[in-house]
Amino acid sequence: MAERERRLTTPRGGVFVPRVQVLSSEDVSRAITRIAHEIVERNHGLSDVVVIGLQTGGVPLARRLSQVLEEVEGTQVPCGTLDVAFYRDDIGIRPVLPEAVTDVPGDLAGALVVLVDDVLFTGRTVRAALNALADYGRARAIQLAVMVDRGHREIPIRADYVGKNMPTRMDEQVDVSLDGVVLGDVVPR
Amino acid sequence: MTSRDEQGPEGGDAGLATGDQPPESRDTALGEPSLAKAGAGRHHLLSIADLGAEGIEEVLRVSDAFVEVSKRAIPKVPALRGKTVVTLFVEESTRTKLSFETAAKRLSADVLSFSASSSSLKKGESLRDTVETIAAMGVDAFVVRHSAAGAPAAVSKWVDASVLNAGDGWHEHPTQALLDCYTIRQVLAERDHRAPHEAGVECFKGLRVGIVGDIRHSRVARSNVLALAALGAEVTVVAPWTLLPPAVDSWPVAEVSQDLDSVLGRLDVCYLLRLQAERGTGRYLPSVREYAAAYGLSAARAAALAEGALVMHPGPMNRGVEIADEVAGLANSVILRQVANGVAVRMAVLFMLLGTSGGSSATGALAGLSDAWETGGA
Repeated sequence: MAERERRLTTPRGGVFVPRVQVLSSEDVSRAITRIAHEIVERNHGLSDVVVIGLQTGGVPLARRLSQVLEEVEGTQVPCGTLDVAFYRDDIGIRPVLPEAVTDVPGDLAGALVVLVDDVLFTGRTVRAALNALADYGRARAIQLAVMVDRGHREIPIRADYVGKNMPTRMDEQVDVSLDGVVLGDVVPR
Repeated sequence: MTSRDEQGPEGGDAGLATGDQPPESRDTALGEPSLAKAGAGRHHLLSIADLGAEGIEEVLRVSDAFVEVSKRAIPKVPALRGKTVVTLFVEESTRTKLSFETAAKRLSADVLSFSASSSSLKKGESLRDTVETIAAMGVDAFVVRHSAAGAPAAVSKWVDASVLNAGDGWHEHPTQALLDCYTIRQVLAERDHRAPHEAGVECFKGLRVGIVGDIRHSRVARSNVLALAALGAEVTVVAPWTLLPPAVDSWPVAEVSQDLDSVLGRLDVCYLLRLQAERGTGRYLPSVREYAAAYGLSAARAAALAEGALVMHPGPMNRGVEIADEVAGLANSVILRQVANGVAVRMAVLFMLLGTSGGSSATGALAGLSDAWETGGA
């Protein structure tokens, strides 16, 4: 959720200064294709699969992933969005407001949910997402796909599908979009 | 943020008596994402003027998320777990109190309910002592309704907790105005086949809203005039002279009229107010029947409304007085939607007040953690 973190970085947001282009747009596209194939392989097809992108960074990736899954297997894969603001554990510690819409397709009871986010960092957003998903029904299984795993986990969470493992410093910022992955810093405004 | 002073001279008459000097907390915007302010003081919602156009827009935006929550099979989120909300209703109310309590419970807050009739206020305890006693139990927010204008503002100075004005005398009823604005935006967005969050607040620009009835005694009218004017709507207030406040000239309204029939056809929204007999309407009108004949939205008047014009009412309705029985059930009447949206909008306000401003100790102790958070990634 690179976008959100950056906007609220103290004081009053910050400016993202890119340093290194880590993945190109083509690389991101290839990673999504590979992840799609891994999902199909691991789950023996796409029955009950629902793709849910975490607002805001995971949403474009989730949309693309569900398109690629459809191209690969020829079956439609429902794609939803989830904003985890109300489930975060830092409510009251820092300003937390929902950034965008939550649109979970139907009841998730029995579904195989693939959560999609751009960057896996502390793991706390994913924890919040797991709590949120429980309110939509008992999914058969939940798997996690991320474009970048940058390390520094604070809770025992791991991704099932990773676009790129990328060691980072705590104070660096990873910017992920369909146009590529860029490593940089946030400079206070 | 628009300050109270820039907002316009809405405080000209006796009904708007919170005093000229705003309490310190007034200059902190509701929900403004600022860590610096989080520990500095509690946030309150005492008047629509505290919010300004940007603040109102932010409340509407966050309300969208809570409307989604309300539609779920389990319409509850853990956002305010461990927070305690007191509904301090010194003046009786059913819907607003239930609406706030539902909102707080759906946010997983603990709710303490207080009603004047069964309290020590009856035994002669002062409001201040009552409030301070409750506050000593550890309370994060007071939702205050009082028959005296300015009571919530006074409470906000006595306690270290967020205070929400749930209606004070003739002064203001900010959450009612917010849920009315939300309802208008929701309906207009639906007509454009857009999601409410895509509509923004553009739909209010030039929107012609008529507020009809007992403007003088109505806190709902005051809050709605401020909110709608801030968002760019053209507000017309319609009432007999006796039910207009003396200072109506200084209100940010486009027009003041005594003739409902002459403005009906021009309205996009017809907002009817309850004739408030308990505030002494009888002294201001020859008879209720005469009022109903001249200012009630009868079936014939409803037919004279422009096509698609919305009929709104804050409730409770006096059927047959300000609104005819059959009009309340028309397709363009969105009165029950107002009630439904009320819960979501109050969830948004509670969350923005309590969720985004932590206690100073929590902010300090966990600053390191939040810093780690903000430098990036999930």
